[in-house]
Amino acid sequence: MSKVKFGRSPVFFDTFERRPGPIKKNMHYCPGCGHGILHKLIAEAIDHYGIKENTYFIAPVGCAVFAYYYFNCGSISVPHGRAPAVGTGAGRAEPEKFVISYQGDGDLAAIGFNEFIQAANRGERMSVFFVNNSNYGMTGGQMAPTTLPGQKTMTSPYGRNVKTDGYPMPVCEIVNSLKAPIYVERVALTTPARIAAARRAVFKAVENLKDRKGFSLVEVLSPCPVNLKMNAAAVNDFIENKMTEYFPIGKFRDLEVPAGELPPPVIREPEAVREVLFPKKTEGVGVDSAFRNTSEIFRNELRVRVSGFGGQGILSLGLMLANMGRLRNFNVSWMPSYGPEQRGGAASCAVIFSHEAIPSPMVERDCDLLIAMTQTALDKFRHQLKSDGILIYDRSAMERPQMEPGQLVVGVDALAIANEKVGNSKCANSVVIGVLAKVLGERYLNAADREDFDRVFHEAVTENFSDKPKVIPANLLAYEEGKKVVEEL
Amino acid sequence: MVEYNRRMLLKGNEAAVYGALLAGCDCFFGYPITPASEVAHAAAELFPRLNRTFIQAESEIAAINMVIGAAAAGRRAMTGSSGLGISLKQEGVSYLAAYEMPALIIDITRGGPGLGNIGPEQADYFQLVKGGGHGSYHCLVFTPNSVQEMCDLTVLAMHKAEEYRMPAYVMADGVIGQMMESVLLPEPVTYTYDPEWKMGRYVNGEANIITSIYMEYADLEALNQRLQAKYREIEAKEQRAEEYLLDDAEIVIAAYGICSRVAKGAISLLRAAGIRAGLIRPQMVYPFPSASFEKALNSGRVKAFVSLEMSAGQMIEDVKLATQCRVPVYLYNRMGGNVPSCSEVSEAVGRIWKEMEK
Repeated sequence: MSKVKFGRSPVFFDTFERRPGPIKKNMHYCPGCGHGILHKLIAEAIDHYGIKENTYFIAPVGCAVFAYYYFNCGSISVPHGRAPAVGTGAGRAEPEKFVISYQGDGDLAAIGFNEFIQAANRGERMSVFFVNNSNYGMTGGQMAPTTLPGQKTMTSPYGRNVKTDGYPMPVCEIVNSLKAPIYVERVALTTPARIAAARRAVFKAVENLKDRKGFSLVEVLSPCPVNLKMNAAAVNDFIENKMTEYFPIGKFRDLEVPAGELPPPVIREPEAVREVLFPKKTEGVGVDSAFRNTSEIFRNELRVRVSGFGGQGILSLGLMLANMGRLRNFNVSWMPSYGPEQRGGAASCAVIFSHEAIPSPMVERDCDLLIAMTQTALDKFRHQLKSDGILIYDRSAMERPQMEPGQLVVGVDALAIANEKVGNSKCANSVVIGVLAKVLGERYLNAADREDFDRVFHEAVTENFSDKPKVIPANLLAYEEGKKVVEEL
Repeated sequence: MVEYNRRMLLKGNEAAVYGALLAGCDCFFGYPITPASEVAHAAAELFPRLNRTFIQAESEIAAINMVIGAAAAGRRAMTGSSGLGISLKQEGVSYLAAYEMPALIIDITRGGPGLGNIGPEQADYFQLVKGGGHGSYHCLVFTPNSVQEMCDLTVLAMHKAEEYRMPAYVMADGVIGQMMESVLLPEPVTYTYDPEWKMGRYVNGEANIITSIYMEYADLEALNQRLQAKYREIEAKEQRAEEYLLDDAEIVIAAYGICSRVAKGAISLLRAAGIRAGLIRPQMVYPFPSASFEKALNSGRVKAFVSLEMSAGQMIEDVKLATQCRVPVYLYNRMGGNVPSCSEVSEAVGRIWKEMEK
């Protein structure tokens, strides 16, 4: 009985029905092309390691775009150069699958070099087969990053000029400078001995895949006789004697690493999802949904601007106020100034409270309350304050400003009070809210809402610091100290 | 039994991520960009806590291609970005349309063209609604105008993307993305997602493939015809708009996103001045809610439309198409990151009304 040692891999289709046109038995590659050989080696390895049903074969743009004519495993043909990114997405989404990225020299080393090198640097769990034939095959023999100096192509008709086009891109050498990849080897498809070595490299890369070890790269110097306008012997000679000068054959890296493990399964069970995403109810926080504060001041939209310097807690002060409103069934909006100006520069946010729907969250005029912690902030926003609005300013930052007669002006050195009376500078915002409580309480709130303001501050602080309850008493103390600042209005 | 508080104060950007997770999204791939960065921040924090995938991609291009990979594997996947980042994703979106694969893309729009600025604009309308990438395709485009809708329309976008097997955008300007409002979170989805077309499923011994290359002209034409039939079905079935004070309206503002909220404020002012203004607020701009405009026209009362935009007149083209210019269609717009104020819009619409009365 004779044994077929190198038969057709069961990873290939028996006939290539996916290939359009009448030819269903042969590959679409040109005579003498290396792709067919490499396809066979990969198919053989996939079968050998028994991973056919779980392999994703990511096909590039280039001659191998039609790899799915031949491989009977999960396949996708992807945008030019993006195979390692697509492979990353697929492999992370389905960790039980094995990702093969098959790319040419334009796809990998030119348009897609970033996706490739970043996947390598992340140590993505995939094996990349890189076909280097020193030119762009599919589009008709143009210059590639791997084209040799002086080599003539359709787009280097006078030969590659290293002064303007640079040198051939040493992909294995570059990858070998990274920490994460576990296996890097360059092989060639010239002589039977070379092909046998290539087969060993392909098997190793697929074995690494099967063992979930990490990122493997096999660069394959591959003949392209049609585009190089050479016969089979000449193209082999070109690879062996010219290409290897820039692309030395050999193993660059073969790390001993343990087999990888599957990540924990995705949590989808609704109760478990709720536990992660929904905040737990804080006891004693919130009111019945029918509750409304009844003071006159809440009849209309209340518009607040909090402004100062980045790092002063401006945004969180606004947020605390917004949360207090939310806990009392107000519609609230909180709108920050965002972007570069928030870094080391001015910071401000607009907060609106209303029992009706809030049209625009922007506050550009008709501001009821301005909290200004710097002179710059005051100068910028004072024109927005209503003629009967309230200004709370930082006394340590500016002289008492001259405002319009109808405007109520209160100064506070919140930071000093927080430091001296509470011993915690982080409580300055609570001092400011204490000041506000007193101002609103004396001027605008009825008795019930005056008491409720204390309660809702308490609730907001309790909820906000539910994970560090130790700071709750300090903030409540700061709030009380803030109330003391306003002796008389 | 633990009691949860489903009501949270969230940024629009964060609400979209909550919506996506509750709708069953498994994977997030993104690249930071203002004013969309909190989308990535929230995803980085929350996806791993559910053992789901978060990757900060090396580029917008890589991010959309990672989405392609995860979607091909049969998982729900999303990305998020802003204006110029979305421009970079367009090749991948064209592929998604051709693959007929679902994907969720959050676009928190900013000022352009070029680097522009980080202020809110709505000038991504053309690139999202009119195709953006190469080829004759459409994406579903949802346009929330509140933080609650950032969550709810993200959930809907995920489902509709799956139903129609196509990319869906949630497009919100920087204001809607950055602002915080109270949100009632929806319950998590309970059904599993396992598309029969996914890569690597074997049917009769043959593995599914996913490709967008059709060498035979007839095959590619057939794909295009199938896509167009799907788009016609969507245009008939999926229009979504809020109609506000249209019953007696004589002049109708068309606005989405933050502009629609400004418009409501402006309409109160206009009505106080005796001008009967109304609003059509597209909650989706593809498909465009033509039926709402048709209905307004058929009332016989509407004498003009005003497209209110933070772009140089992009949506107005669809308003003109939807109304066939049967009455005049005016533009009032701001650009560069400026958000029109309610009084400014009311004055502008008031001027238009006076001009027309002459």
